[in-house]
Amino acid sequence: MSFIAIRHLWKEYGTKVVLENISLDVNAGDFISIVGASGCGKTTFFKMLLGEEKPTRGDMLLDGAPWPEEPDADRGVVFQRYSVFPHLTALQNVLLGLELRDAPIAARFFGAKKRAATEKAQAMLDAVGLGSSGAKYPHELSGGMQQRLALAQSLIREPKILLLDEPFGALDPGIKADMHALLLQLWAEKKFTVFMVTHDIKEGFALATRVLVFDRVRIDPHEPDAYGAKISYDLPLDHKHKHKS
Amino acid sequence: MRLPISVTLEVNVKRAINLRPSGPLAILLVLLPFVIAAGIYLSASMARHAANANDRLLPDMQQLVTGIRHVAIDEDARTGNVILWSDTRASLRRLGWGIGISAVIGLLSGMLTGMFPLIRTTFAPPIAVLSLIPPMAILPIIFIICGLGEVAKIVLIVLGIAPVIMRDMQNRVQDLPREQMIKAQSLGASSWQIAMRVVLPQVLPRLLDALRLSLGAAWLFLISAEAIAAEDGLGYRIFLVRRYMSMDVILPYVAWITLLAWVTDRVLHTLYVRAFPWLQTQADQGDAP
Repeated sequence: MSFIAIRHLWKEYGTKVVLENISLDVNAGDFISIVGASGCGKTTFFKMLLGEEKPTRGDMLLDGAPWPEEPDADRGVVFQRYSVFPHLTALQNVLLGLELRDAPIAARFFGAKKRAATEKAQAMLDAVGLGSSGAKYPHELSGGMQQRLALAQSLIREPKILLLDEPFGALDPGIKADMHALLLQLWAEKKFTVFMVTHDIKEGFALATRVLVFDRVRIDPHEPDAYGAKISYDLPLDHKHKHKS
Repeated sequence: MRLPISVTLEVNVKRAINLRPSGPLAILLVLLPFVIAAGIYLSASMARHAANANDRLLPDMQQLVTGIRHVAIDEDARTGNVILWSDTRASLRRLGWGIGISAVIGLLSGMLTGMFPLIRTTFAPPIAVLSLIPPMAILPIIFIICGLGEVAKIVLIVLGIAPVIMRDMQNRVQDLPREQMIKAQSLGASSWQIAMRVVLPQVLPRLLDALRLSLGAAWLFLISAEAIAAEDGLGYRIFLVRRYMSMDVILPYVAWITLLAWVTDRVLHTLYVRAFPWLQTQADQGDAP
């Protein structure tokens, strides 16, 4: 049984078919890019991976168990925007994940526990190159630094799967390249599975071990909602980033 | 024929929208309306006093000073209180309770209806209806149920401003980006943890804002309630001395109420700036002067 198994997945809103008959197997540690035109269902698919939406028909299995119905700590996420909390400093943003795990009522740490957790959070900040910006609020950070912070914040909980929704879409090309390097490095170290939605096909091919192209292959001009999107190309790029082996 | 002198008119005047006052001019422009108002008042007062030296409608400076001394310095012969201070204390106590209770209700209700669709479905419609009832129209009911004492006045203020704050807070909670809620869940947060760490800290500044905007309405309801049934309070006093046409007391009271309202507004604003550094610097970046 593969890590993630998706069988005959359909998503419909009323009579509008968004995704039709998607089947997919994903191994742990894969880096999967999802590319496609706007409105081709990649965001809907992403929301189902996240647990925000449920499929209309079909099965999604995670490690053989039914897919969780709401977001949880197994699946970290980074959005294009609003991924970090504006009212917390960079360090507090990273610390938050640990506090939420270990302090169910107070939702924050005090004393020795706080010192230990802060050390861990600081190490995570160092790892994404924000070591000296811990005291800054997100609005004091540049767009690229905010996305570094969002990565650090997600990875502190060591999720099995990292879901990225256009994470670098708003960044300048130079910054984007730095972020790509950082992401690949973290992925190689921590060995999580990545799903990255992007409209930048070049980026999709540059990073992933496997590229999924979503497309609406059949379109009925009289009834444009009758057919949904499928995975029109499933391209393994096995020659790259063989960190598992 | 050639003109002996060629006249070049250097037009170097900026557009009107780009002209900004600075230095002494700015101060002058700020003071101007107040100076004009005072001037109009004094000249009208002088005209009336020329006709009748005992005119009470537009008291002159001397009458005003006497009036202020009477309410703010002299002790009341019967109670031994200085009435301005005892009135202020009574009014501010009512206002404080009214606003405080409204803040707590507004925050709790707003967070509950904003965060939980189950609660919103049941409670948002009645709150919307409640906020449409004109509080003054149910003042008789409040007096019948709560009596004529302090409770009735506080209830009127709460009924007047709490529904608006409740709805405003609900909207603020729902305005928080969807991504933040998902992100918090993906970090393993429970509903309670999201309320404490994500929603509450981000809507607290909005609460201060809502309170500031409700201050005017709160004063309105306070003075109305005091005018109708009270034994002390700023609103009570104004309506009491109206019977004697004591403009020498009414005018200082109005000025004093205005000052109190302004100070409260500034205090809330300062609190807003000091308590939420993450918000202030954000605003600074957005529209720096």
